[in-house]
Amino acid sequence: MIGDYTYSEFFSILAMQGFAGLILFSVFVLMALGLAIIFGQMGVINMAHGEFMILGAYVTYLCSTLVTTYLPAFFPYYFFLAMALAFVASFSLGVLVEWVLIRHLYRRPLDTLLATWGLSLVLQQFYRSVFGAREVGVTLPDWMMGSVSVSETIEVPLNGLFVMALTMIIALGVYFIMYRSSWGKRVRAVVQNRVMAGAVGINTKMVDRMTFGLGCGIAGIAGSAFTMIGSTGPTAGQLYIVDTFLVVVFGGAGSLIGTIASAFTISQAQSTMEFFLSGSMAKVLTLLTVVGILMLRPQGLFSLNIRR
Amino acid sequence: MPAAGFLFSKKEWLYFTILAALLLVVMPLAVDVFRLNLIGKYLTYAFVAIGLVLLWGGGGILSLGQGIFFGLGGYCMAMFLKLEASTPAATKIQSTPGIPDFMDWNQITALPSWWQPFYSLTFTIVAIILVPSFFAFVIGAAMFKRRVGGVYFAIITQAVAAILTILIIGQQGYTGGVNGITDLRTLHGWDIRTDSAKLILYFVNALLLIGVLLLAQSVRISKFGRLLIAMRDREDRVRFSGYDVANFKIFIFCLAAAISAIGGAMFTLQVGFMSPSFVGIVPSIEMVIFAAVGGRLSLFGAIYGALLVNAAKTTFSESFPELWLFAMGGLFIAVVMAFPFGLAGVVKDHVEPFFAKALARFSKPSPEPQPQAAE
Amino acid sequence: MSDETPSSSMNISRRSLLAGAASIPLLAAFNSVASAQGLPTAVVNTTGLAVTDTTVKVGILHSVTGTMAISETGSVQAEKLAIEQINATGGILGRKIEVIQEDGGSDWPTFAEKAKKLLVEDKVASVFGCWTSASRKAVLPVFEQYNGMLYYPTFYEGLEESPNVIYTGQEATQQILAGIDWVVKEKGAKSFYLLGSDYIWPRTSNKIARKHIEKKGLEVVGEEYYPLGHTQFNSVINKIKLKKPDVIYAIIVGGSNVAFYKQLKAAGIDMTKEKPLLLTISVTEDEILGIGGENMVGAYASMKYFQSLPNDNNKAFVAAFKKMWGDNIVIGDVTQAAYLGPWLWKAAVEKAGSFDIDKVRTASPGIELTTAPEGYVKIHENHHLWSKTRIGHARADGQYDLVYETKDLMEPNPFPEGYQ
Repeated sequence: MIGDYTYSEFFSILAMQGFAGLILFSVFVLMALGLAIIFGQMGVINMAHGEFMILGAYVTYLCSTLVTTYLPAFFPYYFFLAMALAFVASFSLGVLVEWVLIRHLYRRPLDTLLATWGLSLVLQQFYRSVFGAREVGVTLPDWMMGSVSVSETIEVPLNGLFVMALTMIIALGVYFIMYRSSWGKRVRAVVQNRVMAGAVGINTKMVDRMTFGLGCGIAGIAGSAFTMIGSTGPTAGQLYIVDTFLVVVFGGAGSLIGTIASAFTISQAQSTMEFFLSGSMAKVLTLLTVVGILMLRPQGLFSLNIRR
Repeated sequence: MPAAGFLFSKKEWLYFTILAALLLVVMPLAVDVFRLNLIGKYLTYAFVAIGLVLLWGGGGILSLGQGIFFGLGGYCMAMFLKLEASTPAATKIQSTPGIPDFMDWNQITALPSWWQPFYSLTFTIVAIILVPSFFAFVIGAAMFKRRVGGVYFAIITQAVAAILTILIIGQQGYTGGVNGITDLRTLHGWDIRTDSAKLILYFVNALLLIGVLLLAQSVRISKFGRLLIAMRDREDRVRFSGYDVANFKIFIFCLAAAISAIGGAMFTLQVGFMSPSFVGIVPSIEMVIFAAVGGRLSLFGAIYGALLVNAAKTTFSESFPELWLFAMGGLFIAVVMAFPFGLAGVVKDHVEPFFAKALARFSKPSPEPQPQAAE
Repeated sequence: MSDETPSSSMNISRRSLLAGAASIPLLAAFNSVASAQGLPTAVVNTTGLAVTDTTVKVGILHSVTGTMAISETGSVQAEKLAIEQINATGGILGRKIEVIQEDGGSDWPTFAEKAKKLLVEDKVASVFGCWTSASRKAVLPVFEQYNGMLYYPTFYEGLEESPNVIYTGQEATQQILAGIDWVVKEKGAKSFYLLGSDYIWPRTSNKIARKHIEKKGLEVVGEEYYPLGHTQFNSVINKIKLKKPDVIYAIIVGGSNVAFYKQLKAAGIDMTKEKPLLLTISVTEDEILGIGGENMVGAYASMKYFQSLPNDNNKAFVAAFKKMWGDNIVIGDVTQAAYLGPWLWKAAVEKAGSFDIDKVRTASPGIELTTAPEGYVKIHENHHLWSKTRIGHARADGQYDLVYETKDLMEPNPFPEGYQ
C-alpha cells in the first residue's frame, strides 16, 4: 500500500499520469513551436499568436459544418482537410500581417508586441462579428473520440494519441525545414547575420515573410487540433498566450530543442502537481517554479549566442 | 541643471500650467461630479503611465506587469477601507461579526494576522508605497542583476502578473477572490461615496498626480535620469564607464512601482472597490498603451494619453459597444506604426512649428529657440 | 399606503394582462391601455425618474464585449423580447418602455460606472442586467447609494439580500439541495466528487453541496478547483477514475467547460452509462452549444428551467424568442430568468401604481407571475423567487429532457443556516 492506494492502483496512476503529462507536453509543443520560430528566429513578439490558433479552430469549425451539409460521406476524414486549410489560412494571414505590420518594426521588438496586441483585439472582434460571441461546437468524427483500454484501470484517450502523433509529425517537419533544407539554411543564415546573408544573395525580406507565415501556419494547425480538447470562441486564444510565451522563454529563445525540452519539463511538472495538489495551486506553483528558474538562469534551458 | 529654468524649460512650464489649469480648474467647472469622478479614475491610470514613461521611455525597460503594483497599492487601500466598513455593528448578521464579509462566507472565523496592521491608516499609507516597492525590488534584483532585459523582462513580468491574479482569485477567503474587495464606505468616518467626497478626492488625486509629475521630472533631469537615458541607448558603455547598471534599473523599477501603487490606492478610494481584474495581463498591457499613445518619452503625454484613451473607450463603448475593440486595436496599431512618439511627438512635430510660425508672424523678433529638454 | 390604492378593476386587468401576455397580446393590450388612462406623470413618478406621459426609460446593462459576452448575449435578447412584448401590449401604466443599453465590457468597474450613468444621468426607472457575481458586487453599492432597482438573472451563490435587487435566478440552496436529494434517492448515489472553476459561486455551491451530502451520511471523495479558462483536465479525470465516485458534481464555467467535457469523453467516461453519473449546475443549453451535444449526452443538470419544458407558457415563449432572434438560437436557464425581469417589474409597478423605486420595492414581495415560461413564480420577502427545481437529462441534440421536478416551489434561502 502506498497512501490510500494499492500497488496496482499506484501503477495505473503512474501510467495514466505519465500519459496525461505526455498529452500536455504535446499540446505545449504544438502551441509553442510556431511562436518559437517567430520569436526565436526573428525576435518578434507575436501577441496575436493565440488568435492565429483560433483562426485555425474556426476554419476547422467551418469545414465541419460545410462537410456535414454538403458531403456527409467525407465526414470521417474531414479533419485532415481542415488542418490543411487551417494551415493555409493562418499562413496567408501571417504573410499579410508581416507585409503590412511586422516588416516595419524589426528594429523595435517591443513595439511589435504592442502592434500585435492591437492586432489580437481586432481579430477577436472580427471573430465575434462573424461567428458570434458564443463558443462554437466542432463536431468530430467518431473514430477520433473515445479511448483504448490497455487494462481495467488504464485507458488511453484517442484524441490524446492523435495530438501526440500530430505533434511528432510537425516537430519532425519543422526540423527538416529548418535544419535539412536549403530554405532552413537561409533562415538560419539570416538569424545569425542578416547583413552578410543579404550580401551573399539571400532575399532576407522574403525569408522573414515566409518564416513569419510558417510560424503562424503552425499556430493554425495547433488551433485546429485543439478543437478536440478545448473550446473555440473569440477570446479563447488569450488562454494560451502566457503558457506559450513561458514555454518559449524557458526553453531559451532561438533553440527549437530548448522549446521542446522546456515544454516537457513544464508539462510534467504541472501534471504531477495537479495530481497531488488542487488545480489552482498547481498552476501557481508551476508558474512560480518556471519564473524562479528563469531568474536564476535568464537565458533559458538552452541558448544560442546570437550576434544582434 | 538645464539652462532654461528650474525643473522645466520655459516651454514646458507653459505646458505644465496648461495641464494644471485643465486638471484643477477647467475640468471641475466643465463637467458634473459623475463625469469628474470618471476623469479622476482615468487619472489614476496616468500614475502608472508616468511610471512607464520613466521606466520604458527613460530606461528602455518595458514592464508588462505594472498592473501588479497598481493592484497591490489598490489592495492595501481596500484592506484598510474594508476593515473600517466591517465593524461588528455593520456585520452583525455574520456568523463572526467584525471581519470582512467575504471571510465570513469562506468560514474564516478570525481576522488573519497579516490583515491586522491594516487597521492603522498610517501603516496602510506606508504599505501602499513600500509593499509594491519591495515586490519590485525582489523582481528587479533577480532580473537586472543577471542582465535580463528587453523582451524577456516583459514576458516574465507578464507571467508574474498572471501568477498574482491566480493567487488572489484562489485565496478568496483572504482576498475576496474574483469579486475583489467591494462595498467600501468610509475613510476614518468620512463617507467616500458622497458627491462632495468625490469632488475632494478628485482634487487630492489631481494634486498628487501633479506632485508625482514634478517628482518624475526632477528624477529625469538629474544626473541619474541622464545616466538612465545613456543606459537605454548604450548600456554597455555605461557599464564600462564603471556604473552599476543593475542598481539604476532596480531603482527606477521600484520608483515606477511606487508611483503606480499611489494610482492604485487613489483608484480604490474613488471607485470604491478593488478586484483582481486590475492586476492581470490585459490591464497591464492597456496601461502600456496609455503611455504609448501619449508618447513614451513625455510625462505630459502620459497623462493626456491615459485621459484620451479612457475617454475614447467610454465614448466608443457607449455609442458603438460592438465596435470598440476594432477602434482600440486600430489605435494600438496606428500609434506604433505611424506615431511612435505618440501625442507628444505629434505636438512636437506639427503643432509647435505651427505656433512658432504664427508667433513669428506677429512679433518681428523671432523667439529664441528652446532646448528640447522634453526628450 | 400607495400600494393599496389600485382599484379592484385595475387588479383584474393586471391579472388578465399577465395571464394573456404571451398568448393573447391583443386583448391584453386593450385592457392595459384602458387601465392606464388617467395616471398623470406627477402621480406615478414623484422622484424625478425618466418617466413622461408616454414613455418610461429603463436600462439594460450586460457585457456585449469581452469574455462574458458569450454568456450575457442571451440575457440581453430575453430582456429585449420581454420589453417588446410589454410595449406591444400597451406598455406599463400606458407608457412605452424605452431601452438604454450599456456595455459592461466584462469589466467590473465599467459595470459600476455604467450603472451610475444609468441611474444618475439617465434616471432610468429600472435596470435589467449583470451576470457574474463580480459585476453584481461592483454595482451593488451604486444601486444602494442612488436607490435604483436591479433585476439580476443569474443563478448565484446567495449570501446576499439587497433591497435594491430582485434576484430572478435561483440562489445556491434552491439549485443544489433538490438535485442532490434526487441523485441520492433515485440513483442511489453514495459518493461524490466535487469539481469547480475557482471563484466564489462554485466554491460556495460546493460548500453547500458538501454539507448536504455529509448530513446524509454520504461521502465526498474529492473537491477541486481550477483557474477560470483552464483547459487541461486529464489529471483530475485520472483522479476521478481512481476514486470511482458515484457522482461527479461539476460546476465548471466558460471555456473550461468545453475542454472538460471533451476530455472526459475522450478518457472513456461515457456519461450515458451513469458510472459515474455527472450532475452539473452550470451547463445550460447555451453552454452545450459550445461543448457539443454529443459530448454532453447523458449528463444531468439541476436548475429551474429547460428549453424543452412542455408547458404552454414556455411553448409561446420559445416561439416568440425564435421569431425575434432566429431559429437556431437556444434558451438556457439564465436567459429565461432574464426574461422574467421586465415582467416582474411591470407587475410591481402596476401593483404600486407608481414608478417610484420605494413603492415598487414595497409592492414587489408577493408579486406572482403565472405566465412565466418556467411555470409559476412568486417574489419572496427576501427578493428572491420561489421556484421549482428541475432535473434535466442531456440529449445528443443539445437539449435536456425533463426527468424530475420538485412538487412544491423551493423557498429561496440566501443565508442558509448550517450550510456555511
